[in-house]
Amino acid sequence: MRYVSVVSSLWLAACAFVPHAQAQDPVHLEVRDHHFTPDHFSVPAGQRFLIVLDNHDDTTDEFESYDLKFEKIVVSGGTITVHAGPLHPGTYKFFDDYHPDQATGTVTVTQEP
Amino acid sequence: MLGSLLIVFREVMEAGLIVGIVLAATQGIAGRGRWVAGGIAAGVVGAAVVAVFAGSLSAALSGNGQDVFSATILCIAVVMLGWHTIWMTRHGREMAGDMKALGAEVVSGERSLTAMAVVVAVAVLREGVEVVLFLYGIAVSTHSGPLAMLGGGALGIAAGAALSWLLYRGLIVIPLHRLFAVTGLLIAFLAAGMASQAAALLAGDDLLPAFGYEIWDTSWLLSDGSMLGRAAKALFGYSDRPMGIQLMAWGGTLAVMTVATRLARRQPARP
Repeated sequence: MRYVSVVSSLWLAACAFVPHAQAQDPVHLEVRDHHFTPDHFSVPAGQRFLIVLDNHDDTTDEFESYDLKFEKIVVSGGTITVHAGPLHPGTYKFFDDYHPDQATGTVTVTQEP
Repeated sequence: MLGSLLIVFREVMEAGLIVGIVLAATQGIAGRGRWVAGGIAAGVVGAAVVAVFAGSLSAALSGNGQDVFSATILCIAVVMLGWHTIWMTRHGREMAGDMKALGAEVVSGERSLTAMAVVVAVAVLREGVEVVLFLYGIAVSTHSGPLAMLGGGALGIAAGAALSWLLYRGLIVIPLHRLFAVTGLLIAFLAAGMASQAAALLAGDDLLPAFGYEIWDTSWLLSDGSMLGRAAKALFGYSDRPMGIQLMAWGGTLAVMTVATRLARRQPARP
């Protein structure tokens, strides 16, 4: 029982450190005919952000990025939300893993002045 | 066709590597073929069921359903791998020494086999969902020659299975008394990698603290996107830009499994 309370208090202490600063509004994307719209967007460096993706295709897609570290299935007509960042300045790729040749896009991360 | 071959091959390889290790680790336990085959079958059926409910699973738990589900099944696999390792520590030596003495351990052996069947089922389920959804997508979409694409998918499954068979054959040439030490190590890394992936999924949704998002960056050396990177991820949880929590989960799991194995070795096996 003592272990349980130790573990749970550690847990609570750990959760207190979670930075929930979501500096900006979610980025909205949609995929239609296996193309992302928009297929390019920008976010500031060093911040966590949300991407909301609507799938307007008649196929299931898998929204994925090696750089942004997410991989999530989105069914036809469905909407998913993925968290990403914080990132260093640069350009990173994302794609639909089921249609990797057609559905691709990039995100540019810019340094805040 | 080549595209769908590669996509399916990648997923089957990830599950196949785990199945190959499990097969080698259960070498010599009676009836393991049945259990492993049962695990694969359960995984395939489970994958089809999960694929059907992918939409509602995705929406569940305020949009985090997919990740929480994956993290949960990964944690189950970690526990099962731990259990098997401890069991093998207690019985492996006897098995390597005298295979015939195993008769008395059949009941106990089946318990360990159940654990490993669960691991196989979970591995197949996890990667299988993606394969099922991908192939189903091809089957229902009329354009770009579904037959060629499905052919590619079938070849991908065959190639992935062949690779895991090769891994298995490669492992079992190791003499039996060494084999369990090697597979024990492989399984400890497998479990640590799965724990790290579970932590990454939960931290990715802000359900766990990340403790740093990019502890190092080795993407220039071995990228998560490359075939080798994915194999390394499946085998020991490699990540080119790991979060702090991933390292903690990885190290913690490895430490717990090492300590538990030491303790189990000290205690004699129950009669």
